[in-house]
Amino acid sequence: MLAALPVRGATQATASTQPRRVVVAGGAITEIVYALDAGAFLIGADTTSTYPAAAMALPKMGYQRALSAEGVLSLHPDLLLASADAGPPTTLKQIAAAGVRVIRLGERHDVDTVREKITGVASALALPDRGKLLLKNFDDQWQAALASVDKQRQAKPPRVLFILSNSGTQAMVAGQETAADAMIRYAGAVNATTDASGKGFKGYKPLTAESAVASGADILMISSENLAAIGGIERLLNSPGLSLTLAAKTRRVVADMDTLLLLGFGPRLPLALTQLTSQLYA
Amino acid sequence: MSSFFSSALPGATTAAATQATGSPRKGRQRVVLLGLLLLLIVTILLCAALGAYQIDPWRIPRLLWPTAQLDAVDMQTRAVLLDIRLPRVLLAILVGCGFGAAGSAMQALFRNPLADPGLIGVSSGAALGAALTIVLGTTLWPNALHTVGIYAPMLAAFIGALAVAMLVYRIAAARGRLALPLLLLAGIAINAIVGAAIGLLIYVASDDQLRTLTFWDLGSLAGAQWSLLAVATPVVIFSIAALARHSAALNAMLLGEAEAMHLGVPVQAIKRQVLIASALCVGALVACTGTIGFIGLVAPHCIRLACGPDQRVVLPGALLFGAILTLAADLIARTVAAPAEMPLGILTALLGGPFFMVLLWRRRGQLGL
Repeated sequence: MLAALPVRGATQATASTQPRRVVVAGGAITEIVYALDAGAFLIGADTTSTYPAAAMALPKMGYQRALSAEGVLSLHPDLLLASADAGPPTTLKQIAAAGVRVIRLGERHDVDTVREKITGVASALALPDRGKLLLKNFDDQWQAALASVDKQRQAKPPRVLFILSNSGTQAMVAGQETAADAMIRYAGAVNATTDASGKGFKGYKPLTAESAVASGADILMISSENLAAIGGIERLLNSPGLSLTLAAKTRRVVADMDTLLLLGFGPRLPLALTQLTSQLYA
Repeated sequence: MSSFFSSALPGATTAAATQATGSPRKGRQRVVLLGLLLLLIVTILLCAALGAYQIDPWRIPRLLWPTAQLDAVDMQTRAVLLDIRLPRVLLAILVGCGFGAAGSAMQALFRNPLADPGLIGVSSGAALGAALTIVLGTTLWPNALHTVGIYAPMLAAFIGALAVAMLVYRIAAARGRLALPLLLLAGIAINAIVGAAIGLLIYVASDDQLRTLTFWDLGSLAGAQWSLLAVATPVVIFSIAALARHSAALNAMLLGEAEAMHLGVPVQAIKRQVLIASALCVGALVACTGTIGFIGLVAPHCIRLACGPDQRVVLPGALLFGAILTLAADLIARTVAAPAEMPLGILTALLGGPFFMVLLWRRRGQLGL
């Protein structure tokens, strides 16, 4: 249904016309706009756009998955750059029907998707040269990050358990096909929710005490906001089940990155990987 | 509690007498209904003119004029008006009228001012039907889904609403009499079961399904579209007409089902039709908007407190007042946090609750204290 949107938009605004009023739904895309030095075009962003600091000063359109059609249109944008998570679908359709070009970017959690996002944003903003430059920088940084991972990689990769707990209660753990799983694998580690043959569940599942023990996690991984929500490292390490893991006994917790950096899959992905590996193999 | 239940419809026996004598109450009813109609028109105009997207109210007629010459900016403004705001205003009216009508008919049928579609579980039954279709539909009944397409959640919501209405009635009624405590307790049980079932569905749902499901939590009119309205409007109007047709019979049934039977009212047929019509109405609306609480309880109750229990006044009054309440709540929901939006369910409870409390406090005398 939404696949038709860019086509419709393209007929109304030719590629050569540069959009002047841009709104973004999705933190990683906001980062790319600023990395392209095009932050001046932005007139609104969603609540996941928390980096860089300038993005915080933009009018907030609410959470990316609960956008309001009239609310977005009230900013009079000519372009909406939306992440794959943005919605609801009806709202995006209504915004496009009102003559705003709607472009959705980034379905998956991998490097190629980040590159597609950079190219997509650059071409939507009619800044292909800056896009090529940013992409080259990104590729260089990424190769450097991968090289550094290779240097630190251990013969027996550590088992890493990623914990998600926005409210501090009812923690979830990341299975396969999640951003956290992708980061763990890029860092040369093993997702602790998979078994010896690499099989496991998809998406996020509630963390149970027994499965926490069964995961055999060597290292716990959590975003800095979620750690604060839980109430600090002591609370995390003392929670049922987790307290019995090797990770808790050796106090190995990676928790120094915020959600947008760690899981955002934006232009800071190489930085995130470098920080992650340096903490994993410290 | 029990005195509240039994005396909450104090005019039940006097309704017939009032009609015969044409007391001052009749004049008051007319004033209230006319006042509500005027207020509704004002509210509709206000809701059409106001919103996150600023539109000069005086330009609206020109924007809507089919042959007007408009530039690109005006075309966008027109699209906002025609494709976003107007469907939403109409859906709000539909929701208010539908819940108001279903609430007033159920309160009369159950002879209980607390018998609103939400309290006795009909709304949650509808939500469960829709949630089942969203999460398990492709596994359980793929063929049915293929045939009815996007209307599947609506159909499932109707079936869920109907099933719960029947079940509640079956539990709480025997030999033409209705045990009110049983009715409410059955409603509480059903709400608990449905809450658990929806929780289970949320637990097994995939990410995409989860996003669709969260929409049922608090209710929202943001999904208003002409195609949706085209399906829901006839259903709701048909249901309201069916409910209105039985107003006089429901008045007689306020005396008691056995007494109404002696007066020649076909009690069983009317009970069945009112239940089906209410379930149809609530099912269609819940499928469009998710569960929006409180309107069906508050709107008819306010009218009854103001005008007495004559169903021929309460029903149209509840239609008008329900629409006003929903429009006002939605107007606040979409403007107060602009450009973001608040969930509507929070506002209907936040606006309706205190208002209802004040009304109850002022009328304590009539309610048996």
